[in-house]
Amino acid sequence: MSSCLHTCGIAQVLRSNAWDCRIRAAQWLEFRRGATVPARTAGPGEQTVKHKATTGRFRPALRCAWLAVSAVFVVGVAHAQMDLSGEWHQKVHQDAPERGDGPDIGDYTGIPINDADRLRGDSWDSEKWGQIEHTCEPHPADYGPRGPGSIRIWADMNPHTMQITAWHTEIMWMQPERTIYMDGRPRPPPYAASTWQGWSSGEWVVDMLKVRTDHLKEGWIRRNGLARSEKSHLTEFFLRHDEYLTLATIVHDPVYLTEPYVRTSNWVLDPGYKPTPSTCVPTVEVEHPKGWVAYQLPGQNQNLTEYAAHYGIPIEAVRGGAETMYPEYQLKMERLPAPPAQQAAGGPTGGK
Amino acid sequence: MRAPRPGRVRAAGWRIAWAAWACIGAAPALAQRSTAPVPPAAMPSGRPADSAAAAAAAAAAGSVHTWHVQGRVYMLVGAGPNITVQVGDEALFVVDAGRAEYSDAVLAAIRQLSDRPVQYVIDTSGDPDHVGGNLALAKAGFANSGQRNEPTTAGIVAQLNVLQRMDDAKSPRGSAPTDTYDAQWALYNDEAVLLTHAPAAHSDGDSYIFFRSSDVISTGELFNPESYPVIEQDRGGSLEGILSALTDIIGIMVPRQNEEGGTYIVPAHGAVCDRTAIVNYRDALTIIRARIRYDVAKGMTLEQTLASGPSFDYDGIYGSDSGPWTTRMFLEAVYREVASDAKTHGVPDEWRESHH
Repeated sequence: MSSCLHTCGIAQVLRSNAWDCRIRAAQWLEFRRGATVPARTAGPGEQTVKHKATTGRFRPALRCAWLAVSAVFVVGVAHAQMDLSGEWHQKVHQDAPERGDGPDIGDYTGIPINDADRLRGDSWDSEKWGQIEHTCEPHPADYGPRGPGSIRIWADMNPHTMQITAWHTEIMWMQPERTIYMDGRPRPPPYAASTWQGWSSGEWVVDMLKVRTDHLKEGWIRRNGLARSEKSHLTEFFLRHDEYLTLATIVHDPVYLTEPYVRTSNWVLDPGYKPTPSTCVPTVEVEHPKGWVAYQLPGQNQNLTEYAAHYGIPIEAVRGGAETMYPEYQLKMERLPAPPAQQAAGGPTGGK
Repeated sequence: MRAPRPGRVRAAGWRIAWAAWACIGAAPALAQRSTAPVPPAAMPSGRPADSAAAAAAAAAAGSVHTWHVQGRVYMLVGAGPNITVQVGDEALFVVDAGRAEYSDAVLAAIRQLSDRPVQYVIDTSGDPDHVGGNLALAKAGFANSGQRNEPTTAGIVAQLNVLQRMDDAKSPRGSAPTDTYDAQWALYNDEAVLLTHAPAAHSDGDSYIFFRSSDVISTGELFNPESYPVIEQDRGGSLEGILSALTDIIGIMVPRQNEEGGTYIVPAHGAVCDRTAIVNYRDALTIIRARIRYDVAKGMTLEQTLASGPSFDYDGIYGSDSGPWTTRMFLEAVYREVASDAKTHGVPDEWRESHH
């Protein structure tokens, strides 16, 4: 119980911005329905191991969830079906480099990637964005909030029943519009086309809008080459607390992630915000032969150690993996070899 | 086909059979009747009516699903490879016929789209699962050549090498192509339909078909987002040809906005997609070949190359350890091709360098 209180104290639950506790509560509701949680997705050649929600590291989370559910039901029912509509200005309080120039090349720290995704990252070259077919790619639904991401949200309403039939979001960067269907319509078949924003359906879980998204095009976990496959799906929670909006995004990718990857993004209400209209026209900036593709051959990527050297982080740590997500990893880092000496010229380089 | 008529190759067997039929006076009556819609129940499947076939047909019934791609073009799913159908006021234009045992289900699905007859069936390759339903679909239509005494079945069109291979294999009568094409386009249902040969790709007889105003391309086995491409080297296939065809296809695709929508693809298998998926596929194949070239340039053997895992990061998307086309078979084919190039032309410096 102490771990539960540590993770999710009662006072925190009772505050309306205790989003993490409420997410755990929502997940607990799913577990009660018999769902299992993929605690560690297999890499190539491994068997997938699924943990019941009542085993291992989920026990404290469950206790926490039980407490949270009890508390949230007390304070949350009156707030059920929050109004998310409005214009929201992005708060870049966390992961700031991610929101601007992009992450450093070779920085996979704290991301539960497998070896296959690590190789995708190592083989990536930023000249990819110079390939004309990639020039105008917007961020996919899971990464959009990480880019320049002020957001506008509005709803469709059935005029007869006054029920909201869909939520729409539009993010500033390249203005991708998402639709989150609330009317219970069936999902498209597997042979329907994937899109950058995917196909989303929503439901209210207490006062959180829970969204499931699939039919996503292949995208990226980070803008430094870590890929997110088309076989992935998202679970998201939109939480409004007064003038603040939080979006928790959980990426499930059986191809490139060994565990679900959780991120949060925050906005503050900004009435009157208007996105700047933009149109992307692909343009050849560097001439290449027809069919040219950017890549780094194995062992030739000279940028992979720059980040570790610049910030004094052990190489093994920046290579990422589920282990590097957890606080205990700090203890292991102390025993890891020192990072390589920093190159004389310049610091790490960003992505897109 | 109207436009390419001067250069087409008509299977000799057809002419003989049709002449005999015309002599006994049956042709005029059938020709008149052929323009009317044919009820599904009257369409023979083209397979022997044995119990196994009947059981397979029964299992197949209802398993074929229809999906509107855009414009006049639909995709049929569940009969083996995807089938593309262009629906118009004049007739139906079908790309690939699927497996023979699914013919009844395919025809039933087509009849849900239109009661017009099938005018042409295009085979994107000579693979059995692409041509298996040729006979049944052909019998559901007509080829209006404007010439007297022409057959009342739909025309079957493919690249010349497909016809030759099917003739060599003594394919069942009526299932081999009746036409080939050498002009690139024709007008069907008020839509320009472009047929393009992709030389030395999946095999030596691949075609992709572009429905220009619907803005849909049917790629056949040149693009399979569920698998690495099958390279039939014994039939003239090569990864170089596949990459060249993919790049050509990408070049005629126009996204609507932000790399989304616009031109859509009906691939051999899997979901409908726009340009992003085929670009990612081309990129992945290019990178895998670059790694194998790098290994060959370093003098590595096939086993050493396989052990280096040149496709490791893409196997979770396109790879397979079982079935008729495994990751190992793909890599072996690419290695053979690259090693052969190196032996013939030497190893260029480019093979040792990253692209950046």
